[in-house]
Amino acid sequence: MSKPRLHEGFSLKPEAIPFAPVYEAGFLTRKNGVWRSERPALVPERCNGCLLCALCCPDGAVKATADGKVEFDEDFCKGCGLCARACRRGALTMEKEPCHG
Amino acid sequence: MAKRFLSGNEAFAEGVRLARPQVISAYPITPQTTCVEALASMVESGALEAEYLHVESEHSALSAAIGASMAGARAFTATSSQGLLYMAECLVYASGGLYPIVMMNACRSTALPWNIYCDQRDSLLLADSGWIQAYAASAQEALDLALMSFAIAESPEVATPFMVCLDGFTLTHTYESVEVPESAQADAFLPPYKTENRFDFENPKNLAFSAGPETNYLFKHQEQQGMLNALKAVPQTEARFAQIFGRAYPGLTEGYLLEGAEYVLITLGTVTGIAQKTASDLRAEGFAAGVLRLRYFRPFPSQEIAKALRQVKAAAVIERDVSFGATGAVHQSVCAALQQQGITTRVSCVIAGLGGADISEDDLRGVFADLAAGRHETRFAGIRERRDER
Repeated sequence: MSKPRLHEGFSLKPEAIPFAPVYEAGFLTRKNGVWRSERPALVPERCNGCLLCALCCPDGAVKATADGKVEFDEDFCKGCGLCARACRRGALTMEKEPCHG
Repeated sequence: MAKRFLSGNEAFAEGVRLARPQVISAYPITPQTTCVEALASMVESGALEAEYLHVESEHSALSAAIGASMAGARAFTATSSQGLLYMAECLVYASGGLYPIVMMNACRSTALPWNIYCDQRDSLLLADSGWIQAYAASAQEALDLALMSFAIAESPEVATPFMVCLDGFTLTHTYESVEVPESAQADAFLPPYKTENRFDFENPKNLAFSAGPETNYLFKHQEQQGMLNALKAVPQTEARFAQIFGRAYPGLTEGYLLEGAEYVLITLGTVTGIAQKTASDLRAEGFAAGVLRLRYFRPFPSQEIAKALRQVKAAAVIERDVSFGATGAVHQSVCAALQQQGITTRVSCVIAGLGGADISEDDLRGVFADLAAGRHETRFAGIRERRDER
């Protein structure tokens, strides 16, 4: 599954903006997890690494880790909670996001 | 080149045919209908090779045209009044994306009270939507603007959608003898649309992305520059048009009897005819009248207006519009242009011709008389007596 990623070289400067709001496909121009009010938290001992949560994530923000569990890409997770609802083992809970600076 | 007896709508449709749009999407509305009917007939008969989309609303009409333009096609739509207002959301998508769509708007009053006749409250309400706005004053000019609008809109340094405004009924439904150019001439004037700003399988792009507070203004600045570049593109395109078709146009404004004029009427659209007749008659009577017609409202011809009004004693905008609680959109733009350039000529605002009301020579003589007598307050034509109540 394709993961969201930022274009490394992308920046908009007055002297070098693209012609119209159009850019090379396949990239995001900015991180977009900042409006999240809740975030998923893993209960590792309940996770069996089935990755159902990754399949359900609309933003591709769930990643498999080397030890067969999952972690979340905080730059792009919107906190929608679909992963926690999908999990059949109760391995995910939604926690209040700390106050934004 | 053939001469034909055509209405404004029919003449415009002939101009669109000659421009060879690949996609036309439209929803009929009085008084635009006969234009899109004529185009539908041309597509049906094979006289015009285009995709004609019968959409379910004006919002969809412009949305489809934007989609076509995003795919690199030359796209056309047409509407009027409430239809234009229903499209409003899409107007800014087209201009923000730099998609050079051409639209004909049959200028018509806005509800309520319901009214299908001419004024310019519809198009002037959307003057800030980022579209070039030109106002035709004859069927011939309408046809010629149909061709020139694509050329101006599509030039890479402009890349701005273009709204050609025809006064409802007064121009859309009146007939005159019109020169219809040959296809070969039109093709020489207007080559096929080519752009990089398009959907492309070979070179996938992220079209229409977001731009937050830190970069948004850069795109708006780009849009403003494109629009301002049209100030040069208009006369350049008209010069090229004159070479190929033999008809010359005077740029963003048209002066009439401005030489030595002391009092000037400022007009937009078809009211120009009666204004010029009135000025001509007054000149014969020894009164130094003149007329300044704005052919373009966006980009706004500030320099031309300042030059024309620098020496005159007073001027009045004949405004087929009212911005409730203020004056009218044309008046406000004219005053801002003069003020910016340090010109102190007094300009008054006469709101006239709303909902198709006739504007007579007597009305306009009254405006000139007011100017000469130093009466400058904003007023509705025909409601003079209420002036004293304020």
